[in-house]
Amino acid sequence: MTPFKPVLLEAVGVPEGYTLASYRSRGGYAPLEKILREKQPLDVVEMVKSSGLRGRGGAGFSTGLKWTFLPKDHPGPIYLCVNADESEPGTFNNRLLMEDDPHQVIEGIILSSFATRATTAYIYVRYEYPESWKRLQAAIDECYAAGLLGKNILGSGFSLDIYLHRGAAAYICGEETGLIESLEGKRAWPRIKPPFPAIEGVFRKPTVVNNIETMACVAQIARRGVEWFKSIGVPANPNNPRDPGSYGPKLYCLSGHVEKPGCYEAPLGITLRELVDHYGGGVWKGRKAKAAIPGGISMGLFTEAEFDTPLDFAGPGRVGCLGLGTAAVVVLDETVRMVDFLYNSCRFFAHESCGQCTPCREGTSWSLRMLERIRAGKGRLKDLDLLLELGNTMGMMPGSTICGLADGAAWPIKNAINKFRDEFEDTIKRTNPEGWMVTDPVPALAIVGAH
Amino acid sequence: MIAQGRRVITAEMVAAIEALAPRYPNRRALVLPALHIVNRELLHVPLDAVVDIAALLGLAPAEVQDTLTFYEFFHQKKPHGKVRAFVCRSIACALRGGDELLEHLCHAKGIRPYETTPDGELTIEPAECLGACDFAPCILANDDLLKNLTPEAAEIELAKPRARAT
Repeated sequence: MTPFKPVLLEAVGVPEGYTLASYRSRGGYAPLEKILREKQPLDVVEMVKSSGLRGRGGAGFSTGLKWTFLPKDHPGPIYLCVNADESEPGTFNNRLLMEDDPHQVIEGIILSSFATRATTAYIYVRYEYPESWKRLQAAIDECYAAGLLGKNILGSGFSLDIYLHRGAAAYICGEETGLIESLEGKRAWPRIKPPFPAIEGVFRKPTVVNNIETMACVAQIARRGVEWFKSIGVPANPNNPRDPGSYGPKLYCLSGHVEKPGCYEAPLGITLRELVDHYGGGVWKGRKAKAAIPGGISMGLFTEAEFDTPLDFAGPGRVGCLGLGTAAVVVLDETVRMVDFLYNSCRFFAHESCGQCTPCREGTSWSLRMLERIRAGKGRLKDLDLLLELGNTMGMMPGSTICGLADGAAWPIKNAINKFRDEFEDTIKRTNPEGWMVTDPVPALAIVGAH
Repeated sequence: MIAQGRRVITAEMVAAIEALAPRYPNRRALVLPALHIVNRELLHVPLDAVVDIAALLGLAPAEVQDTLTFYEFFHQKKPHGKVRAFVCRSIACALRGGDELLEHLCHAKGIRPYETTPDGELTIEPAECLGACDFAPCILANDDLLKNLTPEAAEIELAKPRARAT
């Protein structure tokens, strides 16, 4: 494997790399100054569009294209919401960017605001990141003092304020319209779309919601150019006109049963096996891998045999996963019982379902109860079919929910049971020798003793 | 503006909330920041504070309460401990002993999850992914991320006093 010199993570390990002086010494804010002096907002939109940058928050939608959905000649205000509610289990790259190189993020935000004509940007920071909060606030303060934020930035006539807004430990606030509702002071119930945020977002004004890593990518595209960005990653498939390609560097989060967990920057398209072996030092304790989450728990599971799948935007879908997601890889070694994995996944989604749509609220809750039942030795084979039925019917894709949380809850269920069915069946038969074949409705739950 | 006699939020809290007002085009957006400001001082947000916040922001108390109850984060009946420890139980930590860590700490302190020790020092709560999977299993205790914990190390760490700046 050819070594890849980190760009987004350039500041990691640099003493006080999070300060304005340090960021400037690496070439930071020079591209911003040049763009504010010489370019128009549409030039920046065009730059980002032609770079092929796809949003790093999970959905992988083209960032430049998203910006073009804003109404033309809108009297304003237009808002930029930066999503730092990084809550997908296994994901922590935004934390690193905010703590170790907040100015890179802020330069990206200023450029993106200039491009979209936003005059206020809110960074929605999850409660669990107090260190990120402090570093970002200190960096914002430095920017105001240096004339990089506020009124008439560097004499360009462009004005921007950036405010931090703190979440309160709710996964759904990472969904873009959930974030908007939360920012407005309401419960974070995702909105029915359309209207999309670009037309009617926060405070009923046109709004762009972008991820922290996306902002860092914008800063690097401005500094190093579109050609540099497009030289990294996986080009669009010429036989598929709908494939926008997977360009640029990506921050892969690696955790679970590996020797060296961490956040590693690599070109999009590295395989999961390369990531684990080359960066992660292999599976821990000399054990074998059994499975891995490819991009946050809601993306589903790779079996060990699928580890050679590339982690680009198109790769995980080829082996039945939901997508690349946040590119957070969590490795499960051979000792992990898949029942326990799925229990953990179902517990997470049952806890984090916002409760707005019945299929998700009830589906996540009942899937957890079924997993509890199986773990308590009261499982029936029929439960696997019931779980799959839930998995196939809750979510945006089957059309039963407003947002994608339920799809994220469904994918681990579908992948785990379809890819490890034998193990689930063995577990159920072994732990419930008297009742595994029963198909009658479960009697009063208290009698079952599993709830 | 605020009914006399039941006011539980202080002038300092009101000033802190009002200082944020210019950031938003309406006052409802101040609900979450206000809840955080009150919670930081009182370690919970009692119903009287909800009424105060509503009066301050020109909302119905039910609107503030509606938002508050959505976030499990804000305790309402009694304050949480001086140290609030969130023990991660999501997949990356669970694979490295997160659930066992939570159980051990609750057993050692003689409390159940979400409860506070009788001396009011420590609250232990399970948390979903803390975004520190590279340091699993981990705990967020006030502003401090405690990394790569064994049950024994966690007990020692959680016995220390901890500031809370944010």
